Amino acid sequence: MSQQPNKLTPFFENLNFERDDNTMVINFGPQHPSAHGQLRLVLELDGEQVVKAYPDIGYLHRGIEKMAENMTYNEFLPTTDRLDYIASTANNYAYALAVEKLLGIEAPRRAQVIRTMLLELNRVISHLFFLATHALDVGAMSVFLYAFREREYAMDLMEDYCGARLTHSSVRIGGVPLDLPAGWLENLAAFCDKVDYEVEHTYEALLTENRIWKMRLENVGVISAEEALSWGCTGPMLRGSGVKYDIRKEEPYELYSELDFDIPVAETCDSYGRYRLYMEEMKQSTRILRQLIPMYKKTEPRLMAHAPQYISAPKEEIMTQNYALMQHFVLVTQGMRPPKGEVYVPTESPKGELGFYIKSEGEPYAYRLKCRAPSFFHTGLLQEILVGTYIADVVTIIGTTNIVFGEVDR
Amino acid sequence: MRKYTPKDNVQGKSYYTDRFWVAPRVPREEVEEGSHFETVVNALGSQVKESYIEVGQLVVHIDASENFAVIKTLRDECGYKQCSEQSAVDYLAQDGEFELFYQLLNHAEAKRVRVVCRIKKGEAIESIVPLYKSANFAEREMYDMFGIKVNNHPFLKRIIMPDDWEGHPLLKTYPLHGDEFASWYEVDKIFGKEYRDIIGPENRDPAKVERYDTKRFSRVGYEVPFGADISEGEKEQAIEYSETILVNYNAGTKQLDERK
Repeated sequence: MSQQPNKLTPFFENLNFERDDNTMVINFGPQHPSAHGQLRLVLELDGEQVVKAYPDIGYLHRGIEKMAENMTYNEFLPTTDRLDYIASTANNYAYALAVEKLLGIEAPRRAQVIRTMLLELNRVISHLFFLATHALDVGAMSVFLYAFREREYAMDLMEDYCGARLTHSSVRIGGVPLDLPAGWLENLAAFCDKVDYEVEHTYEALLTENRIWKMRLENVGVISAEEALSWGCTGPMLRGSGVKYDIRKEEPYELYSELDFDIPVAETCDSYGRYRLYMEEMKQSTRILRQLIPMYKKTEPRLMAHAPQYISAPKEEIMTQNYALMQHFVLVTQGMRPPKGEVYVPTESPKGELGFYIKSEGEPYAYRLKCRAPSFFHTGLLQEILVGTYIADVVTIIGTTNIVFGEVDR
Repeated sequence: MRKYTPKDNVQGKSYYTDRFWVAPRVPREEVEEGSHFETVVNALGSQVKESYIEVGQLVVHIDASENFAVIKTLRDECGYKQCSEQSAVDYLAQDGEFELFYQLLNHAEAKRVRVVCRIKKGEAIESIVPLYKSANFAEREMYDMFGIKVNNHPFLKRIIMPDDWEGHPLLKTYPLHGDEFASWYEVDKIFGKEYRDIIGPENRDPAKVERYDTKRFSRVGYEVPFGADISEGEKEQAIEYSETILVNYNAGTKQLDERK
């Protein structure tokens, strides 16, 4: 026993776990199966009722914003996969769009169609994952199995496109790296039919009128519209509180201004309303995907924007033209140098408003990059909405916020 | 001669920059008359030091001491009901200042405003938590990452880094791979600073588990009282490594493929 006694004093933020009064302090996580990764909640309980909740985060901190300051713009793109790893393309796209706004370039039409397809496909993947884990947290095991089956088909589509299932990196600054493989659009159309069928006949049939499901979700985790706005809630959390705001509709980017889709809103402000909202959003996503399939066929086969000082030329030009090769060499070895300036670009990721703030000083490295992650603010909300609820509902409320720790801790 | 590396900014740098290259600037537009943004600028009045539109969003430069008043006006009179993001940029090396920004959103108009102010090193900023609760986490993160103190914050404490961490990771003076304190963090915490020499940099394994330690590690399935001695008199044995070289590839003539 070479260990010296009392060298390690457990560090619990000066929390007093042993109380004299009737309340009890318990640690929830960071390794709890329904802690959605690495959430540690310190709960003060009076009987079974939560008196005080303190979300503790940082167990998955990798310093992604710091890494952004030490990587060139193109180098950093695969790192954004690790933010919200359930829907990586949404992060890749948000970052690429922010850099494109900084550079003042726009992706060609075909790239825009492919990107919008991938974004909506990722929304379906993420929503299916939400449904599966949320149902599992609440206790409905079979929904988890069914939802993961459909999610698997969606990830097969992603794999056919870019080769990766989770960390896609399928978007580049200025466009997309690849065209769609042969037969992909037919598979996508078949997938849309499948999702629509399954949403209606499996998930909603299993859950929507299910007595247990309704008892567990109705009037649990009620967030008023003012609270949601003040806590910085976005995406389904905001629309679940009756505020009709979707960045795709209000501040359209990519092709969303040309597409026809509805923004579902839940007026009940509770977990059940948000569940219905997620179901409806999946249907809207397949509706968007169906509209995109004919749009793809009308586009020119260009995939990357033409901006020689920022974006490498296509491979055939690099291999045949000297100047394109020189540009490519400089862009690969030194990295692109965007103009000086700052930009904040919000996008509607499956979880909410995912925005990248980039401050550029004209160097190949971002001077400051701030990732505005929706889950970070939804985690902050927990300290208010958990108070007064029962310990059994805590898991439901964490599940309904749909937080992912890759983007909370960054 | 060793290459000069500035101490006040140890982040990634371009290894080559053309002498005559001048970085262009993202175009800044004037605030148009009759637009929504003009009413915002008018509502703020003389508190605005500088205002322009950059990539479709209004940027308002203000004095740091007026941040609460300005943001209150934006919330109550201009309808900016949500604070999307709040953080800082480290300009200590150039100007000895931090640049703080507040990213606000008006849902009715679908417009965004960025309020920018600068504070000197060591100065504190007024909290906007009474206006937007989302600033609670955002300001804590700013404090954690930059060490900027926030006045009247309800619970200003580190949020992402451990509470006993030294240094603020997003400062430009903080190296990417961490500093001396960061590399010895686990060793200092578990064994104490005096063990740095004994353990050495090559052995500082944060995941090391002492076999007979019953104080910090429970033995699942074989629980014993806290601190009990379970070694049963067995001496701790150092791991032995073989002295003999099994295959000496330096010896030369050995042919691996007999067919040759």
